[in-house]
Amino acid sequence: MTSDALILLGTFLVALLLLSYPLGGYMARVIKGDAPGPVRFFVPVERFIYRLCGVDPEQETGWKGYTFGLILFSLIGTLFVYLLQRVQGFLPLNPQGMGAVSPDSAFNTAVSFVTNTNWQGYGGESTMSYLVQMAALTVQNFLSAASGIAVVVALIRGFARHSAAAIGNLWADLTRITLYILLPLSVVFGLLFVGQGVIQNLSPYKDATTVQATQYQVPRLDKAGNPVKDAAGKPVIDTLTSKTQSLAMGPVASQEAIKLLGTNGGGFFNANSAHPYENPTPLANFLQMLAIFLIPAGLCFTFGAMVGDKRQGWAVIAAMAVLFVALASVGLWAEQKGVPALSHLNVDQQASALQAGGNMEGKETRFGINSTMLFVAVTTSASCGAVNAMHDSLTPIGGLVPTFLMQLGEVVFGGVGSGLYGMLIFAILAVFIAGLMVGRTPEYLGKKIEIFEMKMTALTILVTPTLVLVLTALAVLTDGGRAGIANPGAHGFSELLYTFTSAANNNGSAFAGVSANTPWFNIMTGIAMWFGRFFMIVPILAIGGSLAGKKRLQVTSGTLPTHGPLFVVLLIGVVLLVGALNYVPALALGPVAEHLQMILAH
Amino acid sequence: MSKTIRPAVVLFAALTILTGLLYPLLMTGAAQLLFPSQANGSLVQKDGKLIGSSLIGQNFSDNRYFWSRPSATSPQPNNAANSGASNLGPTNSALTDAIKARIDALKAAGPVPAGAVPVDLVTASASGLDPDISPAAAFYQVLRVAAVRKLPAEKVQALVERHITPPQWGFLGEARVNVLQLNLDLDRL
Repeated sequence: MTSDALILLGTFLVALLLLSYPLGGYMARVIKGDAPGPVRFFVPVERFIYRLCGVDPEQETGWKGYTFGLILFSLIGTLFVYLLQRVQGFLPLNPQGMGAVSPDSAFNTAVSFVTNTNWQGYGGESTMSYLVQMAALTVQNFLSAASGIAVVVALIRGFARHSAAAIGNLWADLTRITLYILLPLSVVFGLLFVGQGVIQNLSPYKDATTVQATQYQVPRLDKAGNPVKDAAGKPVIDTLTSKTQSLAMGPVASQEAIKLLGTNGGGFFNANSAHPYENPTPLANFLQMLAIFLIPAGLCFTFGAMVGDKRQGWAVIAAMAVLFVALASVGLWAEQKGVPALSHLNVDQQASALQAGGNMEGKETRFGINSTMLFVAVTTSASCGAVNAMHDSLTPIGGLVPTFLMQLGEVVFGGVGSGLYGMLIFAILAVFIAGLMVGRTPEYLGKKIEIFEMKMTALTILVTPTLVLVLTALAVLTDGGRAGIANPGAHGFSELLYTFTSAANNNGSAFAGVSANTPWFNIMTGIAMWFGRFFMIVPILAIGGSLAGKKRLQVTSGTLPTHGPLFVVLLIGVVLLVGALNYVPALALGPVAEHLQMILAH
Repeated sequence: MSKTIRPAVVLFAALTILTGLLYPLLMTGAAQLLFPSQANGSLVQKDGKLIGSSLIGQNFSDNRYFWSRPSATSPQPNNAANSGASNLGPTNSALTDAIKARIDALKAAGPVPAGAVPVDLVTASASGLDPDISPAAAFYQVLRVAAVRKLPAEKVQALVERHITPPQWGFLGEARVNVLQLNLDLDRL
């Protein structure tokens, strides 16, 4: 790691803390329906929505009603996103005349955006109309984020309440989170992005006459789309000349803001946050990283405020920060070292004042190594999945870092809401293990952790590793899965492992060389995303409901304090242990093998 | 049951209108009002004709110009309607072969300084639309451009130096040279 990397990392963490701490308090307030001055503008909108829906925001439900509502709400969203893609050709705001998306791809994208994964099998600028980008994808960026936050709020209420039957009113939670948290932040970040050069318009693509004509070669195709071959059986190649560059346009900034704030990660363009119109400057990149972590970090403080003990929130965020800094540092180091094979070709990979150096394949000059690798760690430790570089071209260790960050269960900050609820599940597991060691009934935040909670905890912790490992194995064993591999050798296995790790953990980033837009991958990743999301949410809400009904225990000398360094270390240990036990064998076959191959070849 | 269906459907519709139509449309209006140039793509005109965007890299392979970074977009390089990368892994021989071919092309195109080739000049960018090259990559091409254009190398070198954008706020990102702007000014020399 260079000193520039340390300065960037330090500045980022300080800025994050300064912004997320007040946001945490603000979120705790508005979720209760107490909107302060600047956003009071939305209060009549909130009331109007309740009237339309016919709900009383004060009337709360138990966990089953909450869960049923959330799943129904998500199913409606999935259906709508699917249908809009299928009929986009007949609808307005489609200046490029995009036709219907194929059924399997539309299904995959619908599940992907509703589950907050935002895995993308398609290229945005060559597939989606502006209407789909806005009314289907941007909407789910808001709603899937609001759903994640609602679930963690309901779980926290389970800890904060005692002898209660209800964990909240889902409709009021979703409305308040959208109106008072996500929308105002999106407006602010969206305008900041436009100021840096992110586009925001509804124009058709613009044809520019380039300074120099471009010659390029394409295989000639017949009417059926098959390559034409000459007498010798070789494909016929045509040389074409292009004097124009078609600049893709669109309402990008509005989607960009919520893509990051909601840890969604679905890019407007195929290249996502590497595209200069999505992420034009290093400052924009810095703001994007902040936007990704802002709400997940803030929710830790919301948690402390809601359970009435701020130290509890500090303990959770401390554990997250330690894991983040450790893994981000490894990634920064690995990419700066570069690729040995290139040094042998006499390519200069040394960092200097005149160049970033390092492994620059699949990276942008303006970001270099540091702004890229910090982004890589941020986007995969949060379940965002936006990318400002192509992860498939990372060095083996540089690629292991994002893979492992996801495999930890997206709890290092994690997705909005989902990161904290995942981490609280690990906290429950940590107190349980500590309780076993000393022979006491475990308790967390004054709530006794009993058989039901532990069953649900075990379920949530096991569901994603099962999905990841079983589906990766299936991919390796089937033609449909192997057909997707882009790079040979161990790297090809890493691609498949990354694919299902990303899908089941609802991250959405990719080793994008994988040809994922096939029926096989669209269906398999669709399954991974859906169950990776809702097999977590249902047991977690069940835990919330069960905890809400319990009495609160008094703190005694025998209570394990869950706010000190001892607990932080215990929590980190449990997260790492579970992650390592599940995934070390798979990682050994992929990135570790490739790393050895890379360094031993020279 | 029906107590859940109505709020689920109605809330979904209401929030779709709010976040999917009103929000992006109002943002478009605000962006067009506050930052019209950026919101429309930071376009570059020459003699009243649209010739590109200062944010979007163009293909430069003519020896008279500073070359952009390699682009892996299809079907043609720097296709701004289909962004994308090579996605080649670090141990893939296709990557080393491509890089070797690019080094050979640079050396065949004209005089180059002794020493190693800057890495960004021979590796494909993430978007395929990288508008920049590193200062090292620009300096590496000075001898060739000067020779082809029959200009003194010092003059071309000074032009590159004027086009270096330092890291933003001193510590964000990397120093870089915008290839389109550099080449436009080169034509004016």
